Amino acid sequence: MNTAAIEAEVNHVPQTASIEELEFEPRHHYLNNGYGWKSWLFTVDHKRIAILYLVSITVFFFLGGLAALMMRLNLMTPYSQFIKPETYNRMFTMHGVMMVFFFLVPSIPATLGNFVLPMMLGAKDLAFPKINLLSWYLYIIGGAIALYALTMGGVDTGWTFYEPYSSMYSNGYVVLAIVGIFLAGFSSILTGLNFIITVHKMRAPGLTWFRLPIFVWSMYATSVIQVLGTPVLAITLLLVAAESILHIGIFDPKMGGDPVLFQHLFWFYSHPAVYIMVLPGMAVISELVTCFSRKPIFGYKMVCFSSIAIAVISFLVWGHHLFTSGQSPYAGILFSALSFAVAIPSAIKVFNWTSTLYKGSIRLDAPMLYTLGFIGLFVVGGLTGVYLAAIAVDVHLTDTYFVIAHFHYIMVGASVSAFLGGIHYWWPKMTGKLYPEAWARIAAMLLFIGFNLTFFPQFILGYQGMPRRYAMYAPEFQTLNIFSTAGATILALGYLLPFVYLLWSLKKGKPAGPNPWGATGLEWQTTSPPPTFNFDVVPIVRIGPYAYNPAADELEDQRLEIEEARLKYESRRELLEDQVEKDHNGNGNGNGHSGSVKDSQKRLEENERER
Amino acid sequence: MSAETNSLTLDKSPVHAGETDPPIDDSGHLLLHHHFDDMAQQRECNTLMMWAFLVTEIMMFGGLFCAYAVYRWSFPHAFAIGSHHIKWFMGSVNTGVLLVSSLTMAMAVHSAALRNKKRLVTFLALTLVLGWAFIGVKGVEWTQDYYEGLVPGVQWNYYDTTVHPDHAKDVQELAKEGVSPNAVKMFMTFYFFMTGLHGFHMFIGIILVTILLVMAIKGKFTEGNDQPVELSGLYWHLIDIIWIFLFPLLYLVSGIKGSGPLW
Repeated sequence: MNTAAIEAEVNHVPQTASIEELEFEPRHHYLNNGYGWKSWLFTVDHKRIAILYLVSITVFFFLGGLAALMMRLNLMTPYSQFIKPETYNRMFTMHGVMMVFFFLVPSIPATLGNFVLPMMLGAKDLAFPKINLLSWYLYIIGGAIALYALTMGGVDTGWTFYEPYSSMYSNGYVVLAIVGIFLAGFSSILTGLNFIITVHKMRAPGLTWFRLPIFVWSMYATSVIQVLGTPVLAITLLLVAAESILHIGIFDPKMGGDPVLFQHLFWFYSHPAVYIMVLPGMAVISELVTCFSRKPIFGYKMVCFSSIAIAVISFLVWGHHLFTSGQSPYAGILFSALSFAVAIPSAIKVFNWTSTLYKGSIRLDAPMLYTLGFIGLFVVGGLTGVYLAAIAVDVHLTDTYFVIAHFHYIMVGASVSAFLGGIHYWWPKMTGKLYPEAWARIAAMLLFIGFNLTFFPQFILGYQGMPRRYAMYAPEFQTLNIFSTAGATILALGYLLPFVYLLWSLKKGKPAGPNPWGATGLEWQTTSPPPTFNFDVVPIVRIGPYAYNPAADELEDQRLEIEEARLKYESRRELLEDQVEKDHNGNGNGNGHSGSVKDSQKRLEENERER
Repeated sequence: MSAETNSLTLDKSPVHAGETDPPIDDSGHLLLHHHFDDMAQQRECNTLMMWAFLVTEIMMFGGLFCAYAVYRWSFPHAFAIGSHHIKWFMGSVNTGVLLVSSLTMAMAVHSAALRNKKRLVTFLALTLVLGWAFIGVKGVEWTQDYYEGLVPGVQWNYYDTTVHPDHAKDVQELAKEGVSPNAVKMFMTFYFFMTGLHGFHMFIGIILVTILLVMAIKGKFTEGNDQPVELSGLYWHLIDIIWIFLFPLLYLVSGIKGSGPLW
C-alpha cells in the first residue's frame, strides 16, 4: 500500500448520504418557498426577480431575433423580394430596439447579476428588494409599450432615433416607442443604483474590495455607467418626444435646431451603453475562465481596474460616432485618440484571460467553450473597433456593413456567448439541475460557427462598400449575403437548442448538488437551489475569490481514483470470498468440485496481488 | 417591510453571528428590514441610495443644461431677447420662496432628529405651503406667457405682427444679425422645458412632503426613525439647488434691463 493510499484511507470521510438521497429530504429553497403567480409577481427575492427577468428577456430576444431573421431572408436576393422596403425599415428598427434596450442592456446584469451578485457578496438580498421588483415592472411595462409601438405603428427610424427624421417626418408611434425606452431606462438606472449600494454596503464580514470576484468589479463598473449615462438618454428622448408632439424646434435645423447636438447627447449614453452590454460579458468570462482552467485569475488587480478604466474612458469616446456628421475635426482627433485608449484596458483583460489559460488544467465543458468563443470573437470585434476609431478608415467605412459586423462581433458574438456561458455555468445553481453536457457542447459549437459564417462575410461586404440599412443592394454582393443568411440559420439553431434542452433539464435533468464545477466562489458554498436568504449562516470570508489549486485538484482526483479502486477491490473480494465459502460448502456436501475451490482461492490471491 | 409582515419569508430567518434583539421603535414596530444585518447598515444603504439617486437627477438636468449652453452659444442675442420676455420679478420671488422652503425643510429634519413632533409638523407644513406658493407663482407666470403668445407649440404668436405690431422691432434687430425669430422661440422652448421639468420635480417633492406631514402627525418620525425626513430633505434641497442654476440662466442671462416687464 503506497503512502497516498494510506493517507487517503486515513483521511477518508465516509459519505453519509448520496446527493440523490439528499434530494428526497424536503428542503426549503427559493423555488419551493411559495407557489402560484402571486408568490412570483409580488416576490422581493432577488433570485426570483432574476428568473422573472430571464423569462422576459428571452421573449424579447426571440422577438428581436425574429426581426433579424426576416431581414436576413430579405437580403438573400438583391431586390427585396421577401418583404417590402418599408417593412424592412421597421424590421431593423424592431431588431435594434428590442435587442439593445430590452435584451442586451438588462441581459446579464438583471438576470445573472441579480441572481449571483448578492450571493457573491454573502448578502441575503440586494440592498433594495422592492426597488428591484419595481425595476422589473418598469421593464415589462416599457417593453410592452415599445412592442406595441413597433408592431402596431411600425417605427422606421432605426434604434438611434436620429433627428430630425424621428421627430418631424416619421410617424407618431416614435413617441410611444420613446416612452417604452424611457421606462426601460428607468428600470436600468434602478438596477444600477441597487447594485452600487449593495456592493458598497452589503458585503459579508471579511469580504474586502480585493477579495471580490471580478464579476462584482465588472458589474459595479457597469452599474456606474448605467447610473451616469441613462439619465442623459432619458432627457434626450424627452426632448425628441417634445419636439415630435409640439413640432417645436429643438433639433430640427429648419427651426434653428442642431441635429448634431442630438447625436452628441444620444451617443453620450449610447456609446457607454455598448460597455453596459459587454462589461457584464467580461464579468462572466472572468469567472468561467478561472473555474475551467482551475487557476486563479492572472493579474487580479489589473483586471479589476481595467473594468473601472473602461467605465471611465467609455464616457469620453462618444464622438467617434460623429466623424462624418459635421463635428469639429479637432474634436474628431481627440475622440479618435481616446477611442484607441479603450483598447488598452480591453487588451489587459484579453491578455489576462489568456495568461490564466496558460498552464491551466483546462476542462472543455460547455461554459468553457462559450468562454473560448467569447475571447476569439471579442478580439476580432475589438480590433476592428480600432480600425473604426481611426478617422480616415472610418470615413471610408461609416454606415457600411463593416460597422455592422464590428459591433455584432462585440454585442452578439461576445456578449451573447458570455450570457449563454454564464447561464450554463450557473444553471445548476439556479435550478438545482444539470443540463445535458453533450447537447450544450454542440450548441456552443453551432453558435460559434453560425456566428462567424453570418458576420465575417459582412466585414468584406462593408469593406467593398455595401451600405447598411437598405432593403436592396447591388447584385455583386449577393454571394456573400447568401453566406450570411445561411450562417444566420445555423446561429438561430444555436440559440434554439439551449432553449430546448435547458427547459428539458428542468424536468429531467440530474440533480446538480451544491457545487458541480468545483468552483470556489461564495455562491457555490450554499445549496442548489439556494435557500431564500442564500446562506443558512452568514459566511465569514477569509480568502480571495479564486482559490483554485491545480495540485489540490490532482490530489482530490487521486483520492477519488484510489477510493474507487478500493471500493472495486472490496466488492470483488467480498464476491470472491462468498464464492470460496460457497465452494467450500459445496465441497462439504461431497459434490467434489475441489478444482473450483482452488480456482476461487487463486482468484482471491490474484485480487490481493493486483492491489 | 418587516420580517413579520413579509408573507414570502421563511418561517426560520437565518442565523447571524452576534445577533441581538431586533431594533424596534417606541411603538414596538420593527425598524430593521429582513435583509439587513443591523440598523447602521440599513441607514447607510438608504442614505447612499438617495445620494446616488440625486446623481442621476444631476445627470438628467445636466443633459438639458448642456443643450441650453449650445444654443445660448449659437444665439446669444436671441437668448437675451427671450430672457427679457419672461418675468424676472416673479422668478426672483420664487427664488426667495424656494430658499426659505429649504430652510424650513432643514429645520424639519433637525426637529425630527430631536424627536420634537410639534416643531416637525410645523416646519413640514411651512415647507408644504412654500412649495405650493412656488407652484402658484409659476402658474401665474405661465398663464401670462400664454396670453402673450409666448408658449412654443401651444400658443406662439409673439412675432406675429398682426397680433403684436409692437414686437416688430425685435424681429428687425435679429434680422440684422441674420438670426430668425425662431431662435427666441428656442429660448422659450428651453425655458418651458427646464422650468417644466423642475416644476414636475417640485410636484413630486410636494407629494413627498404631504406624505411626510401626515405620517409626522401620526408621530412616525419622532419615535426612533427620522430617516425618511432626512432623505426627503436631501431631495428637496437638490430641487432647490437646480433652481439656483436655472434662475440666472433663464431670468438673468442678459441682465435685468428696464425693457423687461415687471410682472
